[in-house]
Amino acid sequence: MKISKILNNTLLVLVTCILMTACASKKVETTGAEMQGDVYMGTDSVEYLAEGVKDRVFFATNESILTTASRETLRAQAAWLRKNSNINVVLEGHADERGTREYNLALGERRANAAKDYLMTYGISSDRISVLSYGKERPVDSGSNPLSWSKNRRSVTVKAN
Amino acid sequence: MIRKFILIIFILYSPINAFALIEVDITRGNLDPLPLAVSPLSIDELSKKNFNKILNKENIGSEISIIVENNLRTSGLFNPLDKDAFLQAPDIANLKPRFEDWNLIKAQALITGKVTYVNEKLRVEFRLWDVLAAKEMMALAFTTVPSNWRRVGHIISDKVYERLTGEKGYFDTRIIYVAEEGPKTQRIKKLAIMDQDGFNNKFLTLGNELVLTPRFNPTSQMVTYLSYFKNLPRVYLLDIETGTQEVVGDFPGMTFAPRFSPNGKKIIMSFAKDGKSDIYTMDLENRIVERITNHPSIDTSPSYSPDGKYICFNSDRSGYQQIYVMKSDGSEIKRISFGKGLYGTPVWSPRGDLIAFTKLHKGKFYIGVMRVDGSGERLLTENFYQEAPSWSPNGRVLIFYRETKTNVKGEGFSAKLWSIDLTGYNERLVDTPTDASDPSWSSLLSN
Repeated sequence: MKISKILNNTLLVLVTCILMTACASKKVETTGAEMQGDVYMGTDSVEYLAEGVKDRVFFATNESILTTASRETLRAQAAWLRKNSNINVVLEGHADERGTREYNLALGERRANAAKDYLMTYGISSDRISVLSYGKERPVDSGSNPLSWSKNRRSVTVKAN
Repeated sequence: MIRKFILIIFILYSPINAFALIEVDITRGNLDPLPLAVSPLSIDELSKKNFNKILNKENIGSEISIIVENNLRTSGLFNPLDKDAFLQAPDIANLKPRFEDWNLIKAQALITGKVTYVNEKLRVEFRLWDVLAAKEMMALAFTTVPSNWRRVGHIISDKVYERLTGEKGYFDTRIIYVAEEGPKTQRIKKLAIMDQDGFNNKFLTLGNELVLTPRFNPTSQMVTYLSYFKNLPRVYLLDIETGTQEVVGDFPGMTFAPRFSPNGKKIIMSFAKDGKSDIYTMDLENRIVERITNHPSIDTSPSYSPDGKYICFNSDRSGYQQIYVMKSDGSEIKRISFGKGLYGTPVWSPRGDLIAFTKLHKGKFYIGVMRVDGSGERLLTENFYQEAPSWSPNGRVLIFYRETKTNVKGEGFSAKLWSIDLTGYNERLVDTPTDASDPSWSSLLSN
């Protein structure tokens, strides 16, 4: 089931890419340029753990699947964490405002764990990673529109020490 | 069937008054509220002076009658008439109303009463009269400490409501909620409590840490809620009287979505670990923790049936958020929501027959109810964002919170409490000093 979901997602991303390329000349300034499907692709709220190491990954609505871009970000984080073995991190999982509070707390936890699992497969010990869900309590963008929501569906890697 | 029930109660209540004409049907939307007169409670000069000294209220008799009036009006079932039209003085009306006078202003029921200062206490008597039948329907008296004067007004309201509708009232109750302030990205949240009518508002926490989802114990003045104390989201127990707090259980991770069992002896909640959330209970007496669900999905927002035998909860095991019911030991899990859209926050009615929920469909949020087998889904209200219904103790009214859509600059956010009758009528803003969310309705305080 999970694989089919991933396939689905990849397909969706591909289709969106094709669509976006097709309309690229016309629609440069629309919000669509910053989103693939409804996953945020821009760098608006992104901060950096180190040179070239983004601190966060974004998710589609109701999803906790890591996109290609997210996996790239997390591989960079893992590489940096391997070099800085004295640093531990907290993965803070978030949801957008379009869901019930309690479900969103669980969803934030699930998203942060998706990121944690990926860091672990790249050799980071689980002892160095803790997970904290904020649900929809700490949006970075206070807007009530699809672009704002896409920035808020995120897992942010924060130095714990 | 309920009509019959009301009738039976009437007959049992006053066998000599089988011709009583007043009957308020609360099972349908009431577009024609019953006109009634709340005569100010009469008070003698000495009592007036004494209460003024203690409570700093010039006429406690009329203050109490205003509480009764407001309660009955907000219920949507009654239309309290303008006092300026009253012809009879309060003290005389309480002895023997001149029914023609009250009939003239179209009052069908009349409430009269008297307040006296007795041994430093507040003594209140009140009567409910059927104007058309020219009969007394009820007479009660009680004595309490003067500082309880607002509760006296609520108790009178409950008695009148019960006598006229055949069902228990919900006025002598409190609401616990989360008071919110500050920008949307950095909200400061505090636990707050107030009387059902918005008075006696009090903050219970200082706002140093994020707090969410407070819920009353149905049998005591205890509250369970989620706090981010030391950045560890955990379920806590708070005694409102003493202010003592403790963590519930010893879980290696986030616990959330707490509620009490109907007998108040257990807390049911979610525990999240490794991307899965399951439902657990903890017995408050022997501290034994029990796992109720075990599934790789998110299982949350559990709520017991009033007899404690079943639990409804929210799960995405089908792929998306839906409502499920199971036995309280976790067996016989059954999905009950099958309509279009996502379903969350199921809450079992105190009457046992309905489950209230939040629904998201095509970008709109709804508060609705369905029978416990999932049939008869009825949506009560639609909005940009609203969720988390909580039942009045008589199962007739739901309180929930609503958030506004911000403008293109992200401005204009607010969160407020609203209430609506089970009928879908009588939607009202519940006024709070700050923004507010996550309301939970207490049981009746007096019983």
